[in-house]
Amino acid sequence: MDFKLTKEQELAQELFRSFAETEIKPLAHDMDESEVYDMELLQKMQRYGFFGIPYAKEYGGAGGDVLTYTLCMEEVSKQDGSTGITISVHTSLCCSCINEFGTEEQKQKFLRPLVDGSKIGCFGLTEPNAGSDVQGAQTVAVEEDDCYVINGSKVFTTNSGFADTCVVFAITDRSVPVSKGLSAFIVDLKEMPGITVSDNIKRMGIRAAQNCIVTYDEVRVPKDRLLGQKNKGFKIAMMALNGGRIGIAAQSVGLAQGAINEAKVYVKQRTQFGRPIGAFQNTQFKLAEYQTKVDAARLLTWRAAIAKDNHEDYSDLAAMAKLFASETANEVTRGCVQLLGGYGYCREYPVERMMRDAKITEIYEGTSEVMKMVISGKMDLK
Amino acid sequence: MKIVVCVKQVPDTSGKVAVKPDGTLDRASMLTIINPDDVNAVEAALALKDEYGCKTVVVTMGPPPAEKMLRTIMAMGIDEGILISGREFGGSDTYATSQIIAAGLVHLGIDDDDIIICGRQAIDGDTAQVGPQIAEKLGIPQISYAGDIKKDGNTITVKRMLEDGYMMIQMKTPCLITCVKELNQPRYMSTYGIFEAYQKPLTVYDYNTLKDEPLIDPETIGLQGSPTNILVSFTPPLKGAGTILEGADMNTCKTLAKILDDKHIIR
Repeated sequence: MDFKLTKEQELAQELFRSFAETEIKPLAHDMDESEVYDMELLQKMQRYGFFGIPYAKEYGGAGGDVLTYTLCMEEVSKQDGSTGITISVHTSLCCSCINEFGTEEQKQKFLRPLVDGSKIGCFGLTEPNAGSDVQGAQTVAVEEDDCYVINGSKVFTTNSGFADTCVVFAITDRSVPVSKGLSAFIVDLKEMPGITVSDNIKRMGIRAAQNCIVTYDEVRVPKDRLLGQKNKGFKIAMMALNGGRIGIAAQSVGLAQGAINEAKVYVKQRTQFGRPIGAFQNTQFKLAEYQTKVDAARLLTWRAAIAKDNHEDYSDLAAMAKLFASETANEVTRGCVQLLGGYGYCREYPVERMMRDAKITEIYEGTSEVMKMVISGKMDLK
Repeated sequence: MKIVVCVKQVPDTSGKVAVKPDGTLDRASMLTIINPDDVNAVEAALALKDEYGCKTVVVTMGPPPAEKMLRTIMAMGIDEGILISGREFGGSDTYATSQIIAAGLVHLGIDDDDIIICGRQAIDGDTAQVGPQIAEKLGIPQISYAGDIKKDGNTITVKRMLEDGYMMIQMKTPCLITCVKELNQPRYMSTYGIFEAYQKPLTVYDYNTLKDEPLIDPETIGLQGSPTNILVSFTPPLKGAGTILEGADMNTCKTLAKILDDKHIIR
């Protein structure tokens, strides 16, 4: 076993790092304040292939791997958590469903523009009454002539503010539990009549991400938009969320490392009691603890990514990575605000934004509690 | 038609500078970057490729680790790489370097409609000589300090940037251009390019590859054959922090006069 990146992965890391420092860092503060994502930045990332990293060249992707995608997630999230989730939802949730379960025709028609940088995707599963427990889902799709007619509403649909394509889940058989009667559909968010996207939901963190309520009112979706088999959508959603957790783990690593990097600069400049605060053992030990945890989180994340790349079962590995990395992100960003003191609490410095952004990593794509259910489920405890 | 870009790997000026006992730079032990002006040359080549669909080749002379720089440039979109590398070439000054690179270009084959693009100068030697010398050795026209490049058939029109103005000059291909950083905004690598970069052709030209080229004179290559002799290379000592006096009043002037007097700068 070695922990070395391949030559391609090293080049990719260089690209993501320099792009994030040059292009994302200067915009992150204003995007957070305005709660609006910079569309020029989005288009630049599309042009440089940030939205198709682990997908095959034959469908217009970069032909990379999941590990390279985690490198992207870490580097962009070091500067801006909103950018991280924008890329993650598109890549891990939307594209993966079509890539894994789409027909050849669906891949050419819907996956290609998503991974070649022409279109943005989102993923509609969560509903007002269906979060960790999908059983409360109420959105339905009824077969009618050559269509499915979708009615219902999805909440917290990240990217829906500007996305073109959405993989949405709706109940197609109400006589069985939701997990056995759910189906996935590919819908055109901007073009299909009956779809309404709300304003960006006001949130604590990742405020520039466009996370809205999407309402479906008599939306007629052609039958060839059914993804995978009818009533087998639950499996698709779980596959996507399993993979998504690797992305969120990498986002968490990025947020934590970003905060450490900011703190490292600050503690060398800030003088109290006649010395830079970096000269005090408390500062040194705190940052040593934080860096150790971040490295451990990164290794867990890479392990899960490599398992996915090798087509091994990775669901518990991804859950461990997300559980540990998201908790680390919260501890480390909070600790870095403390190291920056009063300035850390000010919005002029980025660490308070990182702390606010970090909270969601313990909640979305499966809460920490759900992660523990997944991990313990694999431990043969019952 | 093809575009050939000549690039150089230079020490990263944000890192440490290491010097060998013979006074030349110990390049292997230093962090390196692509010479900044050369990145503009790469972008100029890619812009021409975008417009004309022509082949693009990147050429460098340097030690084997320079391959990574060539792969980086191929990840930006350049099609092929050539690494001119051999112990016999080590320590070459600009005269010897341009001779070797020109021989490499002849070996590659320069066609009537080809364009060679170099950066204005490298941040390590700052001579700005290698590009123009390559053109001289190849016997082709050259325009340096390009701030704009237009191509119309075999006629290349270049806006040549000078300190106090510019010149518009035309020349026929094959030709050589050196460019300034104002020419363009270089693109990044792309993820699409990165996963192709290591599959693209990269050829190493060593001494044996080039020794029979008429331009190569074994007596005038490498450190021994270079007319320029480096006496010593060193990192200049850091200057201390400056002092800023504020105010235009008599007291400030007196303070300034005293400082200058103490240093015997004025009397």
